[in-house]
Amino acid sequence: MSDKKDIHEDKFLAPENRKHVVIGPDGEEIHVDPLNDYFCTDMPKVEKPYKGVMEKFLNWARAESLWVLAFGTGCGSIELPPLFSPRFDAYRFGVAMRPTPRQSGVLIISGYLAVKTLKRAIRSYEQMQNPKYVIALGSCTINGGMYWDSYNTINRLDHYLPVDVYIAGCMPRPEAVLAGFMKLKERIKKGDAEGANEYVEKLDWYKANQKKIIKDWNMPDYNW
Amino acid sequence: MNELINHLKERFPIYDVVESTTGPTFVSLDAAKLIPMITSLKTNHGFKILVILSTVDWIEDGKFQLTYIINNPDEKTDLGIRIFIDRENASMESIHKLWVFAATFQREIKEMYGIDFPGSPGVDDQFLLEGWDEMPPMRRDFDTKKYSEDTFFPRPGRETNDPAEYMKQKLYPDE
Ligand code: SF4
Repeated sequence: MSDKKDIHEDKFLAPENRKHVVIGPDGEEIHVDPLNDYFCTDMPKVEKPYKGVMEKFLNWARAESLWVLAFGTGCGSIELPPLFSPRFDAYRFGVAMRPTPRQSGVLIISGYLAVKTLKRAIRSYEQMQNPKYVIALGSCTINGGMYWDSYNTINRLDHYLPVDVYIAGCMPRPEAVLAGFMKLKERIKKGDAEGANEYVEKLDWYKANQKKIIKDWNMPDYNW
Repeated sequence: MNELINHLKERFPIYDVVESTTGPTFVSLDAAKLIPMITSLKTNHGFKILVILSTVDWIEDGKFQLTYIINNPDEKTDLGIRIFIDRENASMESIHKLWVFAATFQREIKEMYGIDFPGSPGVDDQFLLEGWDEMPPMRRDFDTKKYSEDTFFPRPGRETNDPAEYMKQKLYPDE
């Protein structure tokens, strides 16, 4: 992990994130270091699952209320709105859309990810609260799909975020997405969907992969 | 259109006039004469709109082609102007003084092809690529497949078949 000094000398650091001085209304000088003052620099910790019946009950509860972050990338974001229309009606499975990462538990990566979008996806994922799950839609997230030789889209999502369920297809129909949700529920109920903890355990590896391609890393190492 | 082309021929060294009944008429021009001609077209001939500014990489000739398509909304005609500039240290005069938003086209061309437009506002800022430090990716000597394989952890097991070869093997396995 790079220490805090590096990030300040980063040439890509946005001007408002550099150390600067603000003059207050009474002429007082306030030294602001946005990266340390405005962001939490702590690293996340593994949250151990409870034992026995308690965890089973919690997993049942989690599986029956999947709140999806409305974050669309690639062609697949077009397949998601019909999911919440009367025809497919994902609400009957406890799947709902939420507008902010803080409220949601499922991140759907719906297609190809440009490097620029990956950065935003990582931020959104890290800002979500535990427990959180990732569903990857489409062949682009699996092996690059038809953009496999593009200079700007990633090939394998599981090198950057812990993926729970892959849904194959180009593009998967809403039925397939619903089937994916069913698979995710099974996984959660079995207690296999520990992606968030896996992410924390292998954080160094994930961060190394992410930083290999995101060359202007102008954000904290972990975005709380 | 013919009148206009004849008029232009008298005043500017245009060549390679390609007329079309369906699309715009294209003319080619020396890069140095572009600004006077495009200014005159805008002020005297009603070509008020810049439709697009695009680039082609002719790597075999060592040239970049810049295509300016302009539109005359009153007569509903389009005119395409092609200019060729050297690939080495490619640089072209900016037209942002005529159309402010041309700066955006030029910024993208700078990023994707490395053609410089001195004086164009924000031309050095990053546009679509963040933190890109390789050769501009749309140049034809940039090997995007190799870059992708080196960078993005390709998943093994990806096979491609040449359709002709594959069908031949399927249909005539003995040959
Ligand atoms: S898998 Fe197909 S439909 Fe989905 S983002 Fe990739 S190209 Fe688009």
